[in-house]
Amino acid sequence: MLRVDGVNRTFMLGDQPVRALRDINLRIDDGEYLSVMGPSGSGKSTLLNVLGLLDRPDSGRYFIDDVDTVSMSEERRARVRREKIGFVFQSYHLVGRLTAAENIELPMTLAGWSPARRREASASVIEKLGLTERARHLPEQLSGGQRQRVAIGRAIVMRPEVLLADEPTGNLDSRSGDDVVALLETLNADGITLLVVTHDIDLGRRARRRIRMVDGAVVEDVREDA
Amino acid sequence: MRAADLLHFCFQALWRNRFRSLMLLFSMSIGVGSVVILTGLGEGARQYVLGEFASLGKDVLVVLPGRKETTGGLPPLTGSAARDLTVEDALAIARLPGVARVAPMVVGTAEVAAGAYSRESVVVGTTNEFFDIRRVAIGAGRALPPGATDRAAVAIVGRNAVEDLFRGRRALGGKVRIANYRYRVIGVLGESGGAFGMNLSDTVVVPVASALSLFNIESLFRVIVEIRANADLDRVRERILTLMTARHDGEPDVTVISPDSLLSSFNDILVTLTLVVASIGGISLVVAGVLIMNVSLISVSQRTREIGLLKALGTTSTWIRVVFLTEAAMMAAAGALLGVTVGQAAMFAARRMYPQIAFGAPAWSIAAAVAIAVGTGLVFAWLPAGRASRLEPVKALTGR
Repeated sequence: MLRVDGVNRTFMLGDQPVRALRDINLRIDDGEYLSVMGPSGSGKSTLLNVLGLLDRPDSGRYFIDDVDTVSMSEERRARVRREKIGFVFQSYHLVGRLTAAENIELPMTLAGWSPARRREASASVIEKLGLTERARHLPEQLSGGQRQRVAIGRAIVMRPEVLLADEPTGNLDSRSGDDVVALLETLNADGITLLVVTHDIDLGRRARRRIRMVDGAVVEDVREDA
Repeated sequence: MRAADLLHFCFQALWRNRFRSLMLLFSMSIGVGSVVILTGLGEGARQYVLGEFASLGKDVLVVLPGRKETTGGLPPLTGSAARDLTVEDALAIARLPGVARVAPMVVGTAEVAAGAYSRESVVVGTTNEFFDIRRVAIGAGRALPPGATDRAAVAIVGRNAVEDLFRGRRALGGKVRIANYRYRVIGVLGESGGAFGMNLSDTVVVPVASALSLFNIESLFRVIVEIRANADLDRVRERILTLMTARHDGEPDVTVISPDSLLSSFNDILVTLTLVVASIGGISLVVAGVLIMNVSLISVSQRTREIGLLKALGTTSTWIRVVFLTEAAMMAAAGALLGVTVGQAAMFAARRMYPQIAFGAPAWSIAAAVAIAVGTGLVFAWLPAGRASRLEPVKALTGR
């Protein structure tokens, strides 16, 4: 469970302060599927970065499973990030010199897992994602959809509680995009909390809970009963 | 991250830019290689000189004709003098108090032949005292005729010379021709080492008077003086100088050196020289270090997005730093390894070419070169690695 209490975040753009997040209060329960929409510069990405512990709020509190993360050291935050949060980026962010399988194993490698344990965990993920044939290929040999599936595999291989996706279909054609969305929704159905930041209205509408942001503030928070 | 995974991860990163990595590795290996080669040459020269002098013994003085006017320089090892150093001079020195024995020496090269075989050989004219001072035993046969004035045409031949000239035939009692004079072989030398580039196994020893007439000269090459065990080296040196000045019309025209003092000053000079050339090689290590810093800075800015990703995947700043330091250390270590290999190969080749000199970098210099190389790599990668570790994940992910 994620809980955001009165979070503010201000950037300096030149000497002009820009309030990217204004007094955000949010509670996201385990297994929720929500989308965050809004115009450019509305603070969606900043919210995602704060939720993913990549950015630290200027004020307010942010609890993950009832533990305050704002006061944590950078090293602790890195560990929480590793254990509880998976990221899916618009531009995949795969490491070009590593194969698909190695990219998926990367979080486990960084966490110091043994090769045997890594292989075991990645094998089931690779199979689930339908990447068995492409596991030994480098990212540059994969299509956009396949790359995003590798990225999703990397995000979920450590079984995080939350999956944060920033425009996951932004670089994909509609068919690959649909595949990726279907995959993400399957993962959500299996219990992972899914948060999608997007411009795409169709994608945003698929979520059971829809948040709309304008100028750094949440202006709409709609729940749809399943 | 496990150590093996860390090394693998870094290796993949280096391999991705293999040309760049290889060039960096070469620059490091040049530095390490030059340190190994330069110290190896210096050490070889030092050992050689020490070995040469050590074989002379501690209680020995060498009297050379001629005098070096300026102090502090090398004595005239092969100098010529206005007045000859004669056999009579040597006999006079032998009568001085504190002197145990003297060996006058004449040295020259000549064509030595026996039957159909001949070779160029060093011919030493001396007396039996020479063998005692140099601790060389006559292996077979007998010694030279006693005294310093006998011109007997007899020779004692070194082992190598015997093999070359007699080829399995019996040497004792045989004849050798030295520059067309016939000599009877009365002895064969036992085992002996070499000194001053002269291996006694290759020499032919004849009575000193015979050698003087053989080479048609008046002056001795040098006189080796062994002093008594309880005598003071410096006082004996003074006595010899006084005696020779008196015998040579008041001109102090001989040089008396003690191998021991020469040895220590040579040692000092050569150690300093080795250190100086080694530090010149060390400069190239620093140059390689600056190169590592540059390449690491480029690498960090090229891999900004990767660093952002690693942070998003939960890698701590410390580990980001470790990754970049490991890459630098791996390159430096590989370069050092290559440098040591090349250096050692060069030393091996040098030993093959000059077997009498024990070229070889001492272990401390190899260890120091490798340690400095890896240390330089780490020091110069510290700044870029720190820059990488401090990147903000959000900015890094977008490549800013």
